[in-house]
Amino acid sequence: MTALPVARRRPGGGRNVLRLVVLVAIVAVVLYPLFWMLGTSVKSQAEIANNVGLLPERFTPGNYLDGWTNFDISFGRFFLNSALVSGLTVVGNALSCLLAAYALGRLRFRLRKLWFAVMIGTLLLPGHVLIVPQYILFRSLGLVGGDWPYLPLLVPQFLATEAFFVFLMVQFMRGIPRELDEAATIDGASPYGVFRHVILPLSRPALVTTAIFSFIWTWNDFFRQLVFLSSLEDYTVPVALTLFIDSTSQSAVGPMFAMSVLSLLPVFLFFLAFQRMLVEGINTSGLKG
Amino acid sequence: MALTTAPGRTPRTGPAGPRPTRRGAGRARLGEGLAGYVFLSPWLIGLMGVTAIPMLLSLWLSFTDYDILTPLSEVRWVGLANYERMFTADPSYWHAVRVTLTFALIAVPLKLAAALGVALLLNRAWRGVGLFRSLFYLPSLLGGSVALAIVWVNMFNRDGAFNSFLALFGVEGLPWVSDPDWALETLMVLAIWQFGAPMVIFLAGLKQVPTELYEAAAVDGAGAWRRFRAVTLPMLSPVIFFNLVLETINGFQGFTAAFVLSNGTGGPVDSTLMYTLKLYISGFTDLEMGYASAMAWVFLVAIGVVTAVFFSTGRFWVHYSDGDDS
Repeated sequence: MTALPVARRRPGGGRNVLRLVVLVAIVAVVLYPLFWMLGTSVKSQAEIANNVGLLPERFTPGNYLDGWTNFDISFGRFFLNSALVSGLTVVGNALSCLLAAYALGRLRFRLRKLWFAVMIGTLLLPGHVLIVPQYILFRSLGLVGGDWPYLPLLVPQFLATEAFFVFLMVQFMRGIPRELDEAATIDGASPYGVFRHVILPLSRPALVTTAIFSFIWTWNDFFRQLVFLSSLEDYTVPVALTLFIDSTSQSAVGPMFAMSVLSLLPVFLFFLAFQRMLVEGINTSGLKG
Repeated sequence: MALTTAPGRTPRTGPAGPRPTRRGAGRARLGEGLAGYVFLSPWLIGLMGVTAIPMLLSLWLSFTDYDILTPLSEVRWVGLANYERMFTADPSYWHAVRVTLTFALIAVPLKLAAALGVALLLNRAWRGVGLFRSLFYLPSLLGGSVALAIVWVNMFNRDGAFNSFLALFGVEGLPWVSDPDWALETLMVLAIWQFGAPMVIFLAGLKQVPTELYEAAAVDGAGAWRRFRAVTLPMLSPVIFFNLVLETINGFQGFTAAFVLSNGTGGPVDSTLMYTLKLYISGFTDLEMGYASAMAWVFLVAIGVVTAVFFSTGRFWVHYSDGDDS
């Protein structure tokens, strides 16, 4: 809480240098797979087999073009599909979880405590447990592989089933002074007015955090998309990437790596743009970098 | 309410009456109760339609021989047959249980140890901490993807980057990902590589440890190791507990990397047959959805038991500093 007096910082030169050396070594190990991935994505086929170093001897950007057009449908389509699913998931989560969090965290009504406990109970509920019956239900409603192939992926997201975000927003709303609600109520605002004019504008940081995490998680998600998407033109990026593995020939390794790099690009850009928020989201009282 | 207004501040202006009348307050309470359910309704619909009803459906299915091809109305009730088969007649089921437990028991402690170790290295105020913290966190954002699993498989191939690194020391490597004795280990390394997320939580926890405790321990002559054992670990135990529960439950659910490594089979020789992958294969490859539902329910109960064990043993080693002895 209180800042350390400057005098308490020991100079301790040697130990700090050692610490820095160790940290740099760990960073090198941690980042190596990412750089290796980048390097391999621009290696020629012959080189992939022989040269496993970081850098290509001959720069081969053609892998990107080959990967993009490797299947009957261009990878651009898969990216659009992923963007659609992730984008709508962001909207669904932000909207529905905020509504639920406002009710559970702020309003007084019968059985509120029970519902709150149920919400906490679903926090640790593994999605894998529900996948079979959800598949059966969505299929019996004609929603699997239909005209709207993404409905099974999106409907749960518009119904606040990601309890993590509901919980996160309830926690955030605890920090919004209740006097603001009360003042607005005295001024004649209904619970809807309080939501619209107090909670919604003040919850922006929680909404942004929810949006970022739900985008990244959905973009990377594989399990649900694998189960619910059945035709090639509906495939999202992760599902399409596994098609490369099916084609057992070694010839597609370069293009496969190129598309893998591209598939991580949106997440990486989010990381660059919001890294401080992502890391410090949990750590609000943290040090400045 | 007057107490909360800062003294000396001018009263709020506006058209509002002085205070709601009793009748108005009653109506407001009623309105708020209704509004509560209005705001809660999407979540309630989701709870029923996406969670509760599917759970009950899956419980019922677990006592049937349902495959997706026959209509639900013609499903045959088979009693406990699915559970019997799982526990007594399907060796690959027990194999999946063993693979999953091995994965969680080894990867989770190592991941948390790495996270804590690096967090301790970073836990000082100096320039550059933020950069390191972000770089270590990056794998946690990327590591769950199909793309990284693809990279991993290729890195631990016979002629992958890892073996060329070993060759520097004159060690001849194995084709790790296609060796049944080592394939799961490569997945563990992938999990440990993502130590950044628990590390960030550890760092936040370390910031909460009062420096006076370290000073007092140092005055009493405690060395670095003793300070770690007697101050850091107990003060950090709630955060360790949180990370342990979360990472263990996540560890049980590992799917993507195992799927990519084995091309959806759990191979080589079932060595990467994680529980969720076994469930997926039963339900969506073999179309034995009744059997898969039984598996899902056992999984749910197992996770519940593990969580309960954590919480009941937690009170013996988790130290909450807002208790009597802070």
